[in-house]
Parts: sequence; C-alpha cells; structure tokens
Amino acid sequence: MRNRLVRWVVGGLGDTLVTAGLVLLLFVAWQLWWTDVEANRAQSGTVQQLTRDFARGAPAASGPARVQPAPMQFGKAFAILRIPRLGADYARPVFQGTDYETLQEGVGHYDGTAAAGQIGNMALAGHRTTYGRPFHDIDRLVKGDRIIVETKSGYSVYAVERHDIVAPTAVEVVAPVPEKPRARPNAAYLTLTACHPKYSAAQRYVVFAKLVRTYPRAGGLPAGALQVPGKKA
Amino acid sequence: MLYSALWRALPGPAPAKLLQALVLLAAVVAFLFLWLFPRVAPLMPFNDNTVGASPTGGVHAPLVPGDRA
Repeated sequence: MRNRLVRWVVGGLGDTLVTAGLVLLLFVAWQLWWTDVEANRAQSGTVQQLTRDFARGAPAASGPARVQPAPMQFGKAFAILRIPRLGADYARPVFQGTDYETLQEGVGHYDGTAAAGQIGNMALAGHRTTYGRPFHDIDRLVKGDRIIVETKSGYSVYAVERHDIVAPTAVEVVAPVPEKPRARPNAAYLTLTACHPKYSAAQRYVVFAKLVRTYPRAGGLPAGALQVPGKKA
Repeated sequence: MLYSALWRALPGPAPAKLLQALVLLAAVVAFLFLWLFPRVAPLMPFNDNTVGASPTGGVHAPLVPGDRA
C-alpha cells in the first residue's frame, strides 16, 4: 500500500516535470519562430496597405518639392522603412510610439522625436530578434549605406555615419543632436536602436545616420536608390 | 502516470486513441501559442529594444507605467 503511494507521488512528479519541460521548449519555439511568422505576415500586410494609401493620396506633380511632417497618431503606421543593405525588398512599417505592443507590429518611432526629413533626430526602435525581427541585421550596416523613410509626402534618404553600443539607459542617442543632449540641431538625423547582443537586452545597438536629401512623392525615388550596395544591377 | 491514465481513458482501439491524443495535443499547443504565451512574453526580460530612463522602460516610462518596449 505504502509502496503504491510512493510510486504514485514519484510518477506524478515525473509527469509534471516532463510537462513543464515540454511547455518551456514550446515557449522557446513560439518566441523564436512563431512570433516571426505572425509578425512578418502582419508587417508585410501593413506595408502593402501603406503603399496603397500613399499612392491614393499622392500630391499633384506641381506641388511644392518638400517633405512635410504628417500629423502623428499614437500606434498608427505612417511610414515605410527601406534599407537596401538588408535586401532590395526590405520594407518595414513604421508606427508611432515604442511601447511593447507597437514594436510587435513593426518599427516604432520614439514619441517626441523629429518627423521624417525634419531638422532634429528621427529615432526608431525595432526588434533584433523575435516579432519579425526588423533590425536583426542592423550590425551589417556600414558607413554610407542608405536608409530610406517613405511617407505620404515623399522619401527621406539618410546615409549611415557610424554605430555605437550603449547601455539601455543612454537616452542621449535619441536627442535632437544624437549623443549631444544640449545641442540645438541644424541638420536632420536618423537613429535606429535595437537589442544587443542578439537574444539579450543587456545593451543597445545604435546606428546613426544623417539626411542626404528628400524627394517629393510625385517624382519618385531616383533609379538605383534601392539597389543593394556592392551588388551589380 | 498522467499520460498512461489519459491513454487508458480514451475510448476505442489504438489508432482511434492516437488520433484523439493528437487532437488534444493540437488543442493544447494552440492554447499555449495563441493565448498563454502572448500574455507571458511581455514579462520576459529579453524583449527590450528602446533606450529609456530605466533599464526596462521606454523614453516615457515615467509617464506611461507599463511602457517597457
């Protein structure tokens, strides 16, 4: 009788441990694989929707050749980020805000930072791993690489200047002049932040870029703007 | 123990038991993937991509409690 009780307890404990182990493995699979599946599908859908919206609301060809900041609505997609270095077809939606839910849907635009092409610093955050991992290969960006932010009014083309690996508390990287919190900006910057190292959140990988020029939507991007660097057309 | 009891409780011959077991497994995985895991993930420490005043907070963490992207 006592023997049976011991066997029952030990067996039950074994079952519980095996189940817990399987659930943990499943969680890893979900986090590393399933969130990518879901987010990639959702994000490419958002990019298509934005592309349609932009095409519908394109200003007339005779309009003034400048990029105007659109009114921002929290949690709403307002731009498409293109980085030729990460692929000629690399396109990710940019949402307003950087909270947890927003970053699951795409790249997030830090509240209070500059709009695309505007003087100041447009700061964007994205996942390095999981949830579609838009900034997974952010460490492949090198000086001179183009980063294109497409909005309803046009295209802002930035060129990568440098990168840095900072503590998660280094808010000065999103200052109007990156890493100079007190300086007044007289140029348009773009800053990308992501996890570093991969699969950790101990640090942040930050890429700094500066505006090269903006193109109004009517004229479109110049030919070859989305060409992958180092690759023949 | 638990699993063998479950196997015995399922009706029908072995192939039918197997089929039912697979359906149950699929239901459990669906529950975990679609309901439980999305709710647990925000509590994990490896999903932060922003810089902020606190190690786990966004820039506006003090203004928006729970903002920990």
